[in-house]
Amino acid sequence: MKLGLVIDLDVCVGCHACAIACKEWNASGTTGPLSDYQPYGAEPSGVWFNRIRHYEMDEYPNNKTINFPMSCNHCEDAACVTVCPTGASYKRAEDGIVLVDQDKCMGCNYCSWACPYGARELDRSSGTMKKCTLCIDRIYDLDLPVEERQPSCVLTCPAHARMFGDFDDPDSAVSRVVRERSGYGLMPELNYNPTNQYLPPRSTPVIPIDAKPKGGLKESIKQFANKLVRR
Amino acid sequence: MHPAFSVIFFTVASGAGFGLFSLLFIADTFKLGGGFSREQLIIGGLIALALIVFGLLSSTFHLANPKNAWRAFNRFRTSWLSREGVFAVVFMPLALAYLLCIWFDAPLWLRELTGLLSAVLAWITVFSTGMIYACLKTIRQWHSPLVPANYLALGYASGSLILLLGAVISDLDTLPYIAMAALILSVAAVLKAIYYFWISSPGLGPTINTATGLTRAKVKLLDTGHTHGTFLTQEFGFQLARQKAGLLKVVVFVLGFGLPGLMLVWVFNQQGGQVAAIVAVVGGIIGAAVERWLFFAEARHVVNLYHGAQRC
Repeated sequence: MKLGLVIDLDVCVGCHACAIACKEWNASGTTGPLSDYQPYGAEPSGVWFNRIRHYEMDEYPNNKTINFPMSCNHCEDAACVTVCPTGASYKRAEDGIVLVDQDKCMGCNYCSWACPYGARELDRSSGTMKKCTLCIDRIYDLDLPVEERQPSCVLTCPAHARMFGDFDDPDSAVSRVVRERSGYGLMPELNYNPTNQYLPPRSTPVIPIDAKPKGGLKESIKQFANKLVRR
Repeated sequence: MHPAFSVIFFTVASGAGFGLFSLLFIADTFKLGGGFSREQLIIGGLIALALIVFGLLSSTFHLANPKNAWRAFNRFRTSWLSREGVFAVVFMPLALAYLLCIWFDAPLWLRELTGLLSAVLAWITVFSTGMIYACLKTIRQWHSPLVPANYLALGYASGSLILLLGAVISDLDTLPYIAMAALILSVAAVLKAIYYFWISSPGLGPTINTATGLTRAKVKLLDTGHTHGTFLTQEFGFQLARQKAGLLKVVVFVLGFGLPGLMLVWVFNQQGGQVAAIVAVVGGIIGAAVERWLFFAEARHVVNLYHGAQRC
């Protein structure tokens, strides 16, 4: 199995709900807590597994805002695991999920240097590296109903911009949508082979905004009535 | 990259220690300038070991969870950080064996064998230190074979200056030590100049376009999505003004290579003697420390692309 996420950049509205849901679930999950520093202070900061950035593509009048959620890509060639001196970072053979053993990590930050996607963040309170677990404590939980055995971010997304599935199965929903919509991984030139895939924004035809009214008698009466009625 | 002082101290001190130890072995083998006495060799070796041990200890200060530091020897097969630790630990008993051979007048073959092995291990350890940085594809300024070459050359340069000071204090013929230091210093300076030349042009690498995959148009950051800094901005956000970097490079060359070079001339002309040799050592080590600080400060991690940098 090769578990991962598909993120639809065409659909994402940038509401940060996935990041909040992630923080909520994982703060009490297997790698919790996700410490906050000065949460109500002047300089709020803290550990997050999922961050959303906002970009603008092209220039006016052809510009487009792209909301860009990022979490661990669970790379096939995960350099963060290769460089880890303690063996705390590991990639599971059975499903490809990259995890950090909190009991072994010495907090040297080296894995975060090796990660191009900024997926790893040091928790100052425990002194260990923390990262997205793909909600490993949800997706295999047999006590949950089948439809809820998905990462928190995917379940909560109001726009359905996130999908979770097995990329090893060519007929899975994620594999199909990546094929149909030309999904891609980030920074392919570094050869990390990220598992998570992003669906590019669709090119939609421009909607004309200054369409002329049809004219004619019916339209004139309508306009006259509109002027009379006060709204 | 955020320049962590514990790591700067560690790489400069242990580099000088490893350099000093392996050059001490060469000086002993060829009896350079008449050769150090038994006690002088032991003192020199212990100074080198002290530099290495203090360096290694200081490197643990940048760990957030040092109680697990002993686990760092676990992944010798994949991690250069782990390899460096293992090689440094293997070096220690060999170096001590070499010093014991000197102290107890062991047979020459044993003394030379332990000395050679520890000198080779010193070389491998410093190489591994450089490879910790050079193996990262995420930082263009580090992902270069010039990085381990610079680490080796600068470690040996600092070591050769300390050795020259030892030769001056021990009243040996300083000529071979001056020649050795001059040669190593000039090689180190040239390698560093090539490195600065090499990283000055961006070359082919990730851009904000390949980072976001939006490659058909200009991309710019609208919002990073966080109110204040994050771990990523603290660790990777460090930025150095180009002008300041240029000034510091001048400091590296003047203090790290120029001043010690001038002092070599003074020692050669028998002016100043010990003072000149001490100035050379202090200048060389301060220059190496500034060089190491710059090495971190100038490195731009690709995660900055997600925070709005167009290229790194």
